[in-house]
Amino acid sequence: MIMNVIVPFAYLVATVLFIFSLRWMNDPKTARQAVYAGVLAMAVAVGATWIKPEVVHHLWIVLGIAAGVLLGIPLSRVPLTAVPQRTALSHAFGGAAAGLVGVAYYYLWWSTDPGQLTPFRTTALITENILGFLTFTGSLMAAGKLQEVKWIPQRPVTYKGQNIVNMALLVAAVAVGVWIILNPTTALAARLFPIVIALALLFGILLIIPIGGADMPTVIAILNSYAGLSACALGFVVDNKLLVTAGALDGSSGLILAVIMCKAMNRSFTNVLFGAFGQVKAAAAAGEQKAVKSATPQDVADLLTNADRVVIIPGYGMAVAQAQHRVHELYDQLTKRGVDVKFAIHPVAGRMPGHMNVLLAEADIPYESLVEMDDINPDMPQMDVCLVVGANDVVNPAARHDKGSPIFGMPIIDADKARTIVAIKRSMNPGFAGIDNELYYDDKTLMAFGDAKQVLGDVVKAIAGEGATVH
Amino acid sequence: MPTTDIWSMLFVFMLATFVGLQVIRNVSRLLHTPLMSLTNAISAIAVVESISITGANYPTPIRLLGLIAVFASITNIVSGFLITDRMLKMFKTTRQGGNGR
Repeated sequence: MIMNVIVPFAYLVATVLFIFSLRWMNDPKTARQAVYAGVLAMAVAVGATWIKPEVVHHLWIVLGIAAGVLLGIPLSRVPLTAVPQRTALSHAFGGAAAGLVGVAYYYLWWSTDPGQLTPFRTTALITENILGFLTFTGSLMAAGKLQEVKWIPQRPVTYKGQNIVNMALLVAAVAVGVWIILNPTTALAARLFPIVIALALLFGILLIIPIGGADMPTVIAILNSYAGLSACALGFVVDNKLLVTAGALDGSSGLILAVIMCKAMNRSFTNVLFGAFGQVKAAAAAGEQKAVKSATPQDVADLLTNADRVVIIPGYGMAVAQAQHRVHELYDQLTKRGVDVKFAIHPVAGRMPGHMNVLLAEADIPYESLVEMDDINPDMPQMDVCLVVGANDVVNPAARHDKGSPIFGMPIIDADKARTIVAIKRSMNPGFAGIDNELYYDDKTLMAFGDAKQVLGDVVKAIAGEGATVH
Repeated sequence: MPTTDIWSMLFVFMLATFVGLQVIRNVSRLLHTPLMSLTNAISAIAVVESISITGANYPTPIRLLGLIAVFASITNIVSGFLITDRMLKMFKTTRQGGNGR
C-alpha cells in the first residue's frame, strides 16, 4: 500500500506543486506563494520517502537534517551582495549530493546485486557522476572567485592549449565511463569508477579557472542547469520520476537564464566557457591621454534637481561600494521634488542574473521603477540626466560601432544618448574587459570621481541642503 | 531484474523539460535571482534518494554517503527557500513602499 499508492501519489502531488511554484514566480505579486508551494512539495516528498518500509534507521537521517538546518539558516542570512556566492555554493552542494547518491548506488549494486547495473542505468550513472562532480568543483571555484578567496585567482587564468587540455580531460572521463558502461560488473570497473569522479572534479576546476567576473552570470546559470540535470540523471538511475521532473525543471530554468545572459552579451555558450575573454585586448594602446570633464557633488546635485527625467544605471561597482542605500536616498530626494527617476537594468549587470534588481529592492526602491534595457533604450534621448553608478562595459558605446572591441555587438544601454551623462567612478582604470570607455570622454559627460557611496552621500546632502553648502 | 521503463522515463523527461521551458520563459527578469535560489532548493529533491539509502539496511559506507547527501540537500532546501522568501519580501510596489514612510 505504501509503496504502490501513497509514495507515488505523494510524488505526483509534489511534482504538481513544483510546477505551480515556478509558475507563480512569473509575477512579484504571486511570487511568495511560489515559495510556500515549494516548501509544501518538499515536505510531502520527504515525508512520503521517510515512511517507506525500507527506511528502518532513523538516527542518521535526523542527524543529516539537523546539520543541514544548522548550516542552511546562516547561509540564508548572507548580505544580498553575497547572494551570487551563496548561489554558487548551493550548486556545489546540489551537484555533490546527486553525485554521492549515484556513487552509493553503484557500489551497492556492484557488490550485492550486479543484475541491477543495466547498460541504460550505468549510462545514467556515469552521466550523473560526471555532471554532479564537475558541478561540485566548478561551483566551488566560482563561489571562491566571487567571494574573492585569497588562493583562488580572481583574474581569468589562461595558458596555451587550455581548451585542448580541458577537452582531453572530459574525453578521458567519458572514455573511462564508456568502458565501465560496457563492463559494469567487473572488478576493474569498480576501480575505474573513482577515476571518472577524479577526472570530473579536475575538469570542473579547470573549466572555471579562465572565467572572469563579468561572465559569472552566465556561468552560474550554466552550473544551475548542470545541478538540475545531475538530479535528473539520478532519477533515471533509480527510476524515480519525481527526480526526473524536478531536475528537468531546474535544468531548463538554468538553461533559459544562461541563454538570456549569453544574448545580453552577444556571445555563445561555447564562447563564454572556452573563449577566455580576459586578455583579448592587452594591446588596448596605453597611448594618448584624452581629456575628461570632472564634476563636484554639488554640480551633480544641481544637475539632478533641475532635471525632469533622470535615469540611473547601476552596475557591479554599486554592489562593491555598498552604495544601494545611498541610491535610495537620492531616489527619495529627487522624487520628492517631482523628478521622474527610473533605473535602467542591463541583464548582465552584477554577478548573477537579476542581481541589481534584488539589491535595489533591498534598498526599498519600488520595482516599477526598475526598467529593462530594451524598454528604456527608446526613451534614452528624452532623459535629461543619465547617472552611471558603477557600471562600465554595459554602457560603452564602442559595443555599437568599434569592430575591434572585444565587446563589439553586445547590446548596451544607450547612456550616451541622454542629454547629460554623469558617471561616478573611482578612477579612470578600465573595466573588466580592459577597454577604455569612450563614454567618459564624451562632451556631454561629467565624471564624479570617488567611492560611489561617498559621492552619492555628498550629492544627497547637497540636494537636501537645497544647494546650500552643508556638510 | 530491474524493470526500468526507459521510454516512459524519457517521455517524462521530455515533457517536464518543455513545461519548464514554457513556465520559466515567463518569469519576470526582475525575479531572476530569487528564481535561481528557488530552483536551487527544488533541485535538492535528490534528498528523497539520500534519505532512502541512509535509512535502509545497507552497508555502513553506503549509508554514510547517503548521510552526507542528506546534509548537503537539506542545506540547499533550507537556505534556498529561506533566502528566496527573504528576497521576495523586499520587492515592493510604490503603494507599499515609496510613499508610506
